[in-house]
Amino acid sequence: MIWFTVLLVLLVLAALWASMASALLRATLALALTSALLAVVLFAFGATLAAVLELSVCAGLITVVLVSVTSLTQPRSLKEQAADRKRRLRRFWPLPFVLIAAGVGLSFVKVPVDIVMRLPAGDGDVRTVLWSLRQLDLFGQILILLAGVFGVLVLFRKEAK
Amino acid sequence: MTIEIPQAFWLYFTFFALLFLDGIWCMLATRNMVRVLIGIEILMKSVTFFLIVAGFLAGRMALAQALVITVIVIEVVVVVVIAGVILGFFRKRDSLDVSNTREMKG
Amino acid sequence: MSDLLLLVPFAAVVLLNLLPKRARAAGTWIAFAVLALEAAAAFAERFGYAGEPAWSPLGAVFGFHVAPDGLSGLLLLCAGLVGITALLVAQKTLRETRERFFFANLVLVALVGINGIAMVRDLFSLYVFVEVTAVATFILVALDSFTEGRGTEALEGAWKYILLSVIASVLMLLAVAFLLLSAGDTSLEAARGALAARDPLAWIAIALFLCGLFVKGALVPFHGWLADAYTAAPAPVSVFMAGIVTKASGIFALLRIASSTLNGATPGREILLVVGAVTILVGAFLALSQKNMKRMLAYSSVSQMGYIALALGGDLRLGILAAGLHFFNHAISKAQLFTNAAAIERELGTLDMDQMGGLGSRMPVTAGTSAVATLSIAGLPPLAGFWSKLLIVLALWNVGEYGFAVVAVLASLVTLAYFLSLQRRVFFGKRDERWAAVRETTPGLWVPAVALALVTIALGVGFPFALEILLGGGA
Repeated sequence: MIWFTVLLVLLVLAALWASMASALLRATLALALTSALLAVVLFAFGATLAAVLELSVCAGLITVVLVSVTSLTQPRSLKEQAADRKRRLRRFWPLPFVLIAAGVGLSFVKVPVDIVMRLPAGDGDVRTVLWSLRQLDLFGQILILLAGVFGVLVLFRKEAK
Repeated sequence: MTIEIPQAFWLYFTFFALLFLDGIWCMLATRNMVRVLIGIEILMKSVTFFLIVAGFLAGRMALAQALVITVIVIEVVVVVVIAGVILGFFRKRDSLDVSNTREMKG
Repeated sequence: MSDLLLLVPFAAVVLLNLLPKRARAAGTWIAFAVLALEAAAAFAERFGYAGEPAWSPLGAVFGFHVAPDGLSGLLLLCAGLVGITALLVAQKTLRETRERFFFANLVLVALVGINGIAMVRDLFSLYVFVEVTAVATFILVALDSFTEGRGTEALEGAWKYILLSVIASVLMLLAVAFLLLSAGDTSLEAARGALAARDPLAWIAIALFLCGLFVKGALVPFHGWLADAYTAAPAPVSVFMAGIVTKASGIFALLRIASSTLNGATPGREILLVVGAVTILVGAFLALSQKNMKRMLAYSSVSQMGYIALALGGDLRLGILAAGLHFFNHAISKAQLFTNAAAIERELGTLDMDQMGGLGSRMPVTAGTSAVATLSIAGLPPLAGFWSKLLIVLALWNVGEYGFAVVAVLASLVTLAYFLSLQRRVFFGKRDERWAAVRETTPGLWVPAVALALVTIALGVGFPFALEILLGGGA
């Protein structure tokens, strides 16, 4: 129980780092760490398939995309970042305190709605659910990947001469 | 590895709310497009977490997992499209700052 | 058969990309064919595909849980008509074959999303299809941003649209999670049950989902993205977005949720009334002060979407009928007005209304059709818009919401004011000598406008007959 809470605290800390880090590259890596920690949380909940996907896709693929965006825009954006540092600090320093206050505040609130944990009834296997009951969502996934391909073709194009 | 999972909704809701707040702040308090994207990602993490918690507490883990898998796939595509927009913007403007390059008037 | 509505456009996209590069120009014809089928399917529904799918061999393979009804038919017809118009506009306004090819592809992808929205009965699947439509539209908005001479407006419009859409997605996913907690399932049926049982978690879920849809449908206070996206997008994309995308992913989903879960129960009803009334007024006054023609049309869209929210807050049975009709009328008229705007932009090279004037004698067809559409949206009899506004007012009157009914009527005057101002500034008055050589636009742009104007007139004049069909269809 205590370990799980520590894990969740780490998750929030990693997310906080991702939003506060002054260098973009470091923020990106912190985001990857957040994803990895979330994957561990998902695994602990027993959502193994989702955990694997979170680890490979979010912590892996999205990090690659973000790192490439950061490095492709590097020289100019570094200058911008240096100029921006003061203002960033002014906008971001309250965030940790707000989070701590919110966390403490929320832990003192009495739960307004009663949620009873239901027994894990015969819910079945995730593969069966996905393939037999949620076919429509699978179809949606295929479509959105297709849209993504067109997105790459349209948006990652060199300027017409 | 066995971790004992507490069955307290409010504990999870607190952590979800913190992640959510962090993501929103990150999205709104910056003018750098890549940071906005990072904020969006943190928001999506919080939602993924909450979906799994909901499935766990409702005893519908398999369903929640199926939903989360779909969400992750959608998330990737959206991130790639956003990255494309950011790169296009950078190529034209040589800047990642959205706010001082507004060409449109209200 | 309803499976086919999802699979045929999808197969068409695959087919389009199998074509050799030289034959890509022909791809548009495939898209035309699919959209025509779509519009036809809206009528086939009358002959009972809702029962399905015993005879459908595909039904055995693809066990999609979809259930089309009268409302779906309405959306399909809109999607077909608006899609064809947008493709025709694309032929005349997008310069490169490559752009036209991607336009056709993305329209088809968005079309599958729209068809999904029309037919699903599950909150999460609804989210998935809204997202499919949205992603295809993000790309469409930025479609021609890399051709030479374009600034970053299109990218900025897409960026704003994406940010607001992401927030909407997050709200909708939270709604799904709360529904899962409350009902243990994500179907609309389960949501209805949980709401009837007065479960507060279910109310949170529906409220969050409605907020997400308000963002998607650009209702005030979430209307900020719409004008930028519409104005910055290439002409055919504005036609497609204004005509169907925003309507399907925001407003139609709202209609679906209101009709299948809310039962006119109180908290939801009041929210819809207030949001609707505020949206009507804010949108109308913003439209009044615009110089750019597309921006004015965009804010007018915001205002008209408020009417639909208002209708859903009234008497439920009549309200849904009125909302559905207004949805259809507005989609057709707005698609037509954006086609008119595309024609003017093509001939004049600008959309600034202060520089125009006296174009009526030069472009009589454009002027005439736009007069029909604007008067219909403003609610003048006997055009189609009059009837839907009348029904909306009746739906409000029936449940004793006299104040909101009066707002709806008075706001029509503001609508008339900004549209008359548009007509006056563009088509009447003194003509600048720069436009001395301007001629009527190509048939490729005025034929669809005339066709849509005829739909508006026909629906207005033959309204009792149309109502009969709609009621028979079980809307």
